Amino acid sequence: MKSFTTVNGLAAPMDRANVDTDMIIPKNFLKSIKRSGFGKNLFDELRYLDEGLPDQDCSGRPINTEFPLNFERYQGAQILLARENFGCGSSREHAPWALDDYGFRCVIAPSFADIFYNNSFKNGLLPLILSDEIVDQLFKEMYESEGYSITVDLSEQTVTTPSGEAFSFEIDEFRKHCLLNGLDDIGLTLQQAEAIKTYEEKAKVSTPWVFDMIKSV
Amino acid sequence: MAGKTLYDKLWDAHLVQNRDDGSALIYIDRHIVHEVTSPQAFEGLRLAGRELWRADSILATPDHNVPTTQSERAQGVSGIEDSVSRIQVQTLDDNCDEFGVVEYKINDSRQGIVHVIGPESGACLPGMTIVCGDSHTATNGALGALAHGIGTSEVEHVMATQCLVAKKMKNLLIRVDGELGQGVTAKDVVLAIIGEIGTAGGTGFAMEFGGQVFRDMSMEGRMTVCNMAIEAGARAGMVAVDDKTIDYVRGRDFAPKQEHWDQAETYWRTLVSDDDAEFDKVVVIDGGAIQPQVSWGTSPEMVLPVNSAVPSPEDESDPVKRTGIERALDYMGLKGGQNITDIHVDRVFIGSCTNSRIEDIREAANVAKGRKVSASVKQAMVVPGSGQVKAQAEKEGLHTILTEAGFEWREPGCSMCLAMNADKLGNGEHCASTSNRNFEGRQGYGGRTHLVSPAMAAAAAIAGHFTDVREL
Repeated sequence: MKSFTTVNGLAAPMDRANVDTDMIIPKNFLKSIKRSGFGKNLFDELRYLDEGLPDQDCSGRPINTEFPLNFERYQGAQILLARENFGCGSSREHAPWALDDYGFRCVIAPSFADIFYNNSFKNGLLPLILSDEIVDQLFKEMYESEGYSITVDLSEQTVTTPSGEAFSFEIDEFRKHCLLNGLDDIGLTLQQAEAIKTYEEKAKVSTPWVFDMIKSV
Repeated sequence: MAGKTLYDKLWDAHLVQNRDDGSALIYIDRHIVHEVTSPQAFEGLRLAGRELWRADSILATPDHNVPTTQSERAQGVSGIEDSVSRIQVQTLDDNCDEFGVVEYKINDSRQGIVHVIGPESGACLPGMTIVCGDSHTATNGALGALAHGIGTSEVEHVMATQCLVAKKMKNLLIRVDGELGQGVTAKDVVLAIIGEIGTAGGTGFAMEFGGQVFRDMSMEGRMTVCNMAIEAGARAGMVAVDDKTIDYVRGRDFAPKQEHWDQAETYWRTLVSDDDAEFDKVVVIDGGAIQPQVSWGTSPEMVLPVNSAVPSPEDESDPVKRTGIERALDYMGLKGGQNITDIHVDRVFIGSCTNSRIEDIREAANVAKGRKVSASVKQAMVVPGSGQVKAQAEKEGLHTILTEAGFEWREPGCSMCLAMNADKLGNGEHCASTSNRNFEGRQGYGGRTHLVSPAMAAAAAIAGHFTDVREL
């Protein structure tokens, strides 16, 4: 997994509450058996005026010029400013894959849906929580000033605006550690293989039926 | 010391290791796998040279992409017309063969929607920790299990380690007291709950459904309710074990064999929240006041009793919410103040992991019996949740009642719930759907979903518009 230390990047708006995973990456694109290439279909139904197809060349599709991510001023954005309950809906990891593939490194919102929040950390994408008031302030400042860049420093746990105003944010220590170092969860868990086997030996006595094989009959 | 909740008990029983940072390693008993969220996980294992920790804990089946017409299904995987879908289903077959995972393939009589076949086969049992790369995995919580959806990285993690890194959630009790009125179903109950607490109301919580309404509810109904816990923001929903749970499990394919049955039953009967258990939050709802529900907007919390009017943005004072209502009305092609019963339906979909079990099909057939689908409805389809549900319904003659009324009777799969296969809405069409999400474009580009119970969907099919099934 790629690491996340400090990102200084242009911010772009997704100014609505309850942005769901169907909106982030519509189901037509979930048929891929790969992890990459979802960026061109991020927010597909909002970005384009026609219905998208998997594996399609999107360069000739009609663009929704009213959708902010299509505005010239937000091109190259790395930080997405969003509203409450971002990422609600399905467990599809294609949602963080699409945001990452598009170029976003961080989503800032007052709250996130649980599964999306979890999935983001597995992909080097930082879901960052700030209060409603601060997010509101960032939205206002961003709308008022073109080229609005935010610095996110994960080790210091700060978000700094162009004026130098800094806000601190909370993050789980273990997640921070993994993200800073780009650590793969599986490798870490497998270091505890003995503990897992010890658990299994105990459970085979207390709940033996759980270990009955799933067999084809 | 206070007693334990059901969730506390399930968590404690599966704790492998607490970690210094407050997270924990939790053992996973059962892993259900489908074609959409697994290919990248299998690929990850292959690239890292890792093996499955316990292949026999996994049961796989294709459901999201499979066609539901008999003609397309007849030739198995090679008959899937959409080539991208076909590759995904074929990839699941190949991966299961390579890694030694038991899979109910596309035309196996036991194939079906993951969350239907889990309980039905007995692969999912009370007291288990159950995961699947699908947010509706909470369905299995109806068995008194800890079940939730995970992303693909976690699918790979569970495959390789049989564990999940998790943080304990808080405890939320949703208590629905009293008795449901006639014509009010499990779906109406869960929609009313979501309407009450909102789509983020359960975020960070494990949600237990308690109270007389759930004690009286069938296992199928409890599955419908737990299924939609995620629509209220909670990863896991659950109902305590009682006689109905035990009776449901007995005799299923993977239920404990005779030598373990008594030990299992004794353990399962402890899977209830203690009388003195403390919940972090309790929500109490009067079951007797719940009416048949219809969603009007683009989020499951945008739901109202059938005999109400669609809300008007000007009545909402919070600006973010007001914009949300305006946007939803615009997308749905509705006007504030319009009666829900005046909304016409173009298509009707009865199916999905929420409402495709035998009881749901009976409920729909009961309404359809001796009636006809309105000529103004372009299509009304019933998609059973599994081959077993389909066979049972046909044994009871329900398919005849439904087809005589003008409904299409399909092969099992996720179908129009998320429209990854050919079953989808046209742009601007309104659908009375027994599925779980009314997000923009969910059932097809520009499609307009209204979430309802199977009885209300069948009633809408007959009337051509939403109508109170109790008055039909």
